[in-house]
This record gives sequence, C-alpha cells and structure tokens, in this order.
Amino acid sequence: MDLTMFLSVIIGAIFINNFILSKFLGLCSFIGISKETKPALYMGISVTFVTTCASIITWAIYNFILVPCHIEYLRTISFILVIASFVQFVEMVIKKFSQALYRTLGIYLPLITVNCAVLGVAVLNSEMFFRPGISALTSFVLSALQGFCVGLGYILVMLLMSGIRERLELCDVPKSFKDAPISFIIASLMSMAFMGFSGFRF
Amino acid sequence: MKKLFKEFFKGIGSENPTFRLVLGLCPTLAVSTSVINGLGMGVAATFVLIGSNVIISLVRKSIPDQIRIPCFIVIIATFVTIVELTMKAYAPELSKALGIFVPLIVVNCIVLGRAEAFACKENVFNSMADALGMGVGFTLALLLISAIREILGNGTLFGLLIVKSYEPVLYLVLAPGALLVIGLLIGGINFLARKRSAA
Repeated sequence: MDLTMFLSVIIGAIFINNFILSKFLGLCSFIGISKETKPALYMGISVTFVTTCASIITWAIYNFILVPCHIEYLRTISFILVIASFVQFVEMVIKKFSQALYRTLGIYLPLITVNCAVLGVAVLNSEMFFRPGISALTSFVLSALQGFCVGLGYILVMLLMSGIRERLELCDVPKSFKDAPISFIIASLMSMAFMGFSGFRF
Repeated sequence: MKKLFKEFFKGIGSENPTFRLVLGLCPTLAVSTSVINGLGMGVAATFVLIGSNVIISLVRKSIPDQIRIPCFIVIIATFVTIVELTMKAYAPELSKALGIFVPLIVVNCIVLGRAEAFACKENVFNSMADALGMGVGFTLALLLISAIREILGNGTLFGLLIVKSYEPVLYLVLAPGALLVIGLLIGGINFLARKRSAA
C-alpha cells in the first residue's frame, strides 16, 4: 500500500476517468435531473452514498461468498440483487427515521437502482482490485475509496451541468435542440475540457 | 398478425429506444467507437431483451405486484450472465472490447423499461415482437452512430479502409465525439419529425 496508488485512484475517479464524461455511466440521470442545481446536488449526494456503500458490500459478497464457493460467474446477478435490496432498505430506513430527508432524497433512491454508475463501480472494482497480488485489506480500502470518489466526480459534473442549464433557460435554443440534444452538445464540450486532465500521470 | 407487425415496427421507427425515447444511452455512447463493437452490443442486448420479455410475459400472472422489479432484475440478470459467459467463450476479443458494458446490460433502461411497460401486461407473442422490434431498433441506432464515428474518426468501416488520403477526425472516436454525434443526431431527427408533423 503506498500513497501514489491512493492518489491515482482519487484523481482518476474524479477527473481523468470521470464516470459521466469519459466512461458514459449514469448518463440517463445526468440528462434527466440536471435541469436545476438543487435536485442535481441531492441526486449527487444520494449517488455518492450508494456507490460508497455498494462498493463495500459487493467487496464483502465477492470475497466472503463468491470466491470461497467458486461461483465468481454469478457476479452480475449477485451484485445487482444486493444493490437493489440495499437501495430499497435505505429507502425504508430514511422513511422511518426522517420524513424531511425522505421528501428531499426519497424520490431519487428508486432511480439509483438502475443507475449504471452504481453497478458500474462495483464491476469496475472487482476487475481492478479483486485479484491475486492485492491483499484483502488494500482491495477493501481501494474499493471504498473508488466508490466514494466516483460519487464526488458525479456531484462535480452534475453541479457544473445544472449551473449551465439554468443559464440556458434564458437562451434562444433552436426548438428541435431543446433539452436533451443541446445538453449532449454541452456535455461534449465539457468532456473535451475534462480530457485535459488525462495529462496527469502518477 | 397485424398487431405483431405493429409491435415490431414501432421499436424501429416511432418509438425507437435511442432516438425517440432517449433510453439506454450509456452503452450506446461507450461502445459505438467501431461498427463491430456496436453490432456486438446490439445483438447481445437484443438477445437479453427477447429472453427476458418472453420469460416475464410467461410468468407475469404469478409475480406479486410489490416485488415485481426485483423479479424482473433477476430474470434479466440471468440472461445477461448467459450472454457474458457465451461471449467470453466464443468471442473473447469482442468481450474485451465491450468490457464492463456487457454486465451493465442488466441496468440498461430499455430492457427493464420494456419489461415494466409491455411484457408484464401482454401475451408471449406480442412481447416477443415488441422485444425484437426494440432490439432491432437499438441495433440500427448503434450501427448508425458507430458507422458515423468510425468512418469520420478512423476512415474505416468494419475495420476496412474505405477513404484513402483522408486525415481522420480523431475527436469523433474519443469520448466527446460520442456526445456530439448523439446530440446532433437526436436534434436532427427532432427537426425532421417536427417538419413532418407540420406538413
């Protein structure tokens, strides 16, 4: 375990391999919920929470159930089931304990089950870190870190995009390009800017 | 019979998942760097769509309403695992090129969307026609996007050189190019649809 490894995971997940702009994961929610800043921020926070927890849970499932039983091929099924039930569970807990929080975050939680960013980070972790040569503790820390930083990168891009789209409301966009098409073109320009980060090397 | 054709063709035209419903974009953008990858993803997703739509439509009466989404997800994930393992065994290069987007077919909104909106209400044959239409529509959209990106960005089609003495626009093969192409295509198709409905 050394520091450069952590740094490269952090910078990589937030900037270089940003999930939305360079890996195209979580695009549906990115286009759908980035019209205003506040919902975009709440969605980002919910996604960050779920990706972090999902990384930890799927790490445990993979190392304590799938590997000992030699059923690694059930990865996809078990991961999506665990993520879906986890999201449902969180929704129930929030509903029970805080009505105010449920009203702000609750509507976004069901959407997160089918957000490809969550399953994407779980699968990516299993391909990057769950292999011989990396100790169990290191792979745990790196997975949790990657889950959290992917969420941070998601919040960053959601905030940037929602800020731009709020201004865009006042602009005279051609009617055929309103909403989704113009958002894609803006995302393309942002993605080009983010490519500048790929110069970072560790 | 007429209804079967109607269900089939709506997926290709009026309810095309990519251009009209704007669903399932993550794989569309990520794998459309070359026509081969686009075709592979299209066929894989079509197989999952047909399999899951048929099974869900067969068992639709015995699934309790409250837990239908987890049930759908398990059925879909089963077919995705079949595709994943088959592709790894018989087309290892394609499987490497598509990478994590093969397991991610599970969370492709088109598949769950059709299960929820169509297969859990209609009979087996209609569901199959619907799945086939949606799958073909998705594959055609992928082919269109990946052909544009491969020809302009690399000067090739299906890996064969087709335009000589041409400086490829590398930008289109990279991530930002995908977003630009899909934005312009959806905008263009909206424009044509609006023009047609006005006329």
